[in-house]
Amino acid sequence: MVDLSVDIAGLKLKNPIMPASGTFSEELAEVFDLEQLGAHVTKTITRDWRDGNPTPRVCEVNGSMLNSIGIPSKGVGAFLEKVVPFFQRYETPLVVSISGNTADEFAALCAEVSVAGVDAIEVNISCPNIEEDGKAFAIRPSSTFEIMQRLRAASPLPLWAKLTPNTGEVPDVARAAEEGGADALVVSNTILSMAIDIHTRQPRLGNLMGGLSGPALKPIALRMAYQCARAANIPVIGCGGISTAEDVIEYLIAGATAVQVGTATFIHPTAMLTILHDLEAWLAAQGIASVSELIGSVIDGEQDIQTSAIAVAQ
Amino acid sequence: MLQTPNATAGRVAPTAFDLDLRVKSNTAVNGEYRMMVLDAPAHVLEQCQAGQFFNILCPQAGGETPYLRRPMSIYGFYPEKNELHFLYKVGGAGTRAMATLGENDSLTVFGPLGTPFTIEPDWNHLVLVARGVGLATLAPLALEAKRLGRRLTAVCSARHPDYLMSIDLFEGLGAKVVALTDAEGTSAPDNLEKVLEGLIAEGRADAFYTCGSNRILRLLQKLGEAHGIPGQVALEQQMACGIGMCQCCVRKFNRDGKVVNLRVCREGPVFDMAEAIAW
Repeated sequence: MVDLSVDIAGLKLKNPIMPASGTFSEELAEVFDLEQLGAHVTKTITRDWRDGNPTPRVCEVNGSMLNSIGIPSKGVGAFLEKVVPFFQRYETPLVVSISGNTADEFAALCAEVSVAGVDAIEVNISCPNIEEDGKAFAIRPSSTFEIMQRLRAASPLPLWAKLTPNTGEVPDVARAAEEGGADALVVSNTILSMAIDIHTRQPRLGNLMGGLSGPALKPIALRMAYQCARAANIPVIGCGGISTAEDVIEYLIAGATAVQVGTATFIHPTAMLTILHDLEAWLAAQGIASVSELIGSVIDGEQDIQTSAIAVAQ
Repeated sequence: MLQTPNATAGRVAPTAFDLDLRVKSNTAVNGEYRMMVLDAPAHVLEQCQAGQFFNILCPQAGGETPYLRRPMSIYGFYPEKNELHFLYKVGGAGTRAMATLGENDSLTVFGPLGTPFTIEPDWNHLVLVARGVGLATLAPLALEAKRLGRRLTAVCSARHPDYLMSIDLFEGLGAKVVALTDAEGTSAPDNLEKVLEGLIAEGRADAFYTCGSNRILRLLQKLGEAHGIPGQVALEQQMACGIGMCQCCVRKFNRDGKVVNLRVCREGPVFDMAEAIAW
C-alpha cells in the first residue's frame, strides 16, 4: 500500500492530484466521483460580474492550446450561494481561486470567500488576461509582495499564490510571495502567447493574445517549479502541461509537493484518475512507500542555479 | 478507462461517458459527407437524446495532429443494435483524421453531452428546416417525433440534389419531405418562405426546428414572430471541454431583456429560437 498523502502548509491532501483552476467545475461530477481527487480547485472568480472575452476564446497549436477566456464571473454572491455548497458534499478540501483588478477589490474578495467549507484560497495574481497587455501583480517582486500583504491581512485561510511565467524574476517573485504571506506557491499559470491565421491574417483569439497551456508549457513550468522550490521555503504546487503520471513524478522530483492537472482534462475527461492510478502503480513498482519520498529528490549537484542560469544564457 | 457505468459520481451516477468504441463502418455518403457507425454499449445509447453531441478525440492520423476534441452532433442512436452514427463533412484536421479510420479501428468519444431538443405535448405538426450537414443534427429528432406519433415535414436544402442527405431516412419515418436545391433554383429565401407560409396556412406548423444556417434561422424567427410559432435551433461553436468547464464556447443570446453569454455545450446546443441571435 503506497502512501499518496501530502501536506500543503498544514492542509492534508489524500493524494497530490488536483485540478488546475479554470479546467474544473461541478459538471465534472457527471463523469466521475470527484471524491477521488486530492483537492478541488474552482475557476477564478472576481468580486463582480464579468462577461469574459470575445470569441474565439481558444485555439489549438501543435500539441497544445491557447486560451483567452477572460475570467467570466457571476460574482461572489452567486459563488457563495451555489458553488461552495455544491462542493461541501465532498470531504475533499475545497480551494477557491480568486482575482481582482485592484488591490482593494482583491482583498475584499479574499475576505468574502473566507467562509466555512473553504479550506484554502488560491490567489490568482498572475492571470495574463485580466490587465492590459497581460500585466499582472506577479510580474514583479515588489507588486507581488504588496498584494500578498494585503491578501494576507484579509483572510485567516491558507493562501496559495499562483505565479506567472511571464516574468524574468522567478526566484525573486517566489520569495516576495512568501515574505508577503503566501503559504504555498502554484507554479504556474499560462504563458502569454499568440497565433495568427495566415489566410485571414487575423489573430486566432478574439482577445488577440492568450495563455499557452498543455504539453508545450511543461518544460517551462517545470523549470519554474524547480526555481521556486529552491528559492522559497513554502510548498510548491506544480502546474503546467501535466498529462501523465511521469509528468507528475518529474514535478515532484523537481521539488513540487503536489500538482494541478488542467488542459489534459479537456482532452481526456478522466485524465486525473488515470494519472492517479498510474502514479500509485509506478510507486508500488519502484518500491517507494510514500509519494513524499520523491519531493525535491532531484540530483542536481547543488549547483547555484542563479549562476548556472546566467551561464546558460551567455 | 477507469470510468465504469456503475461508478458513482458524488451522489449520482455518471451521465457522460468517455469510451473507446469500435468502428463498424466509415463510408462516403457522397462527394462531401461520410458516415461513421460505431459499436456502442446500450446503456450509453439509452441516455442519448436528439440534439445532443459527443466530443470526439480525433486520431493522430495521415499527418494530422488534432489536439482538442471535436464536438459532433449525433446523427443516430440505436440501442437495439448497439449503434451510434455520425454524419460528417470532411473539412479540417479533425475530420480528415476521422476519415482515415476503417472497420475495427477504435475511436474515443465522450458523451452524450448538451441540452437536447424538446417536443412539447401540443406540438403535433413539426417542421424541420435545415441545410447541408445541419440535417444530421435534426435526423434523431425525426425518429423521436415518429415515436411520439407527431406529424413531420422536413424541408431539406442543399447546393445540389446529390448533397440532399437523410431524405430517405426522413421519408422512412413517415415525414413529408420538401427538397430545395441551389442547382434547381428552389432554395432561395423567397421560395423557402413561400413553402413555409404554405405549411403555416395549412395548419401544419406548430413548431420549427433548425440547424446550421443563419439565413434559415432569421427567416424562421421572422415567421415565428409573425405567426406565434415557437421553435428551437441547434447552434455550433468551437469547444474544448464539451461539458461546461472551460467557458470557451459561449454565444450571445437575448434572455430576460438582456444580452447574455450562454455556453453552447451546456445551455445548448439546442436553444429557444426566439433567444438566438443570428450571426
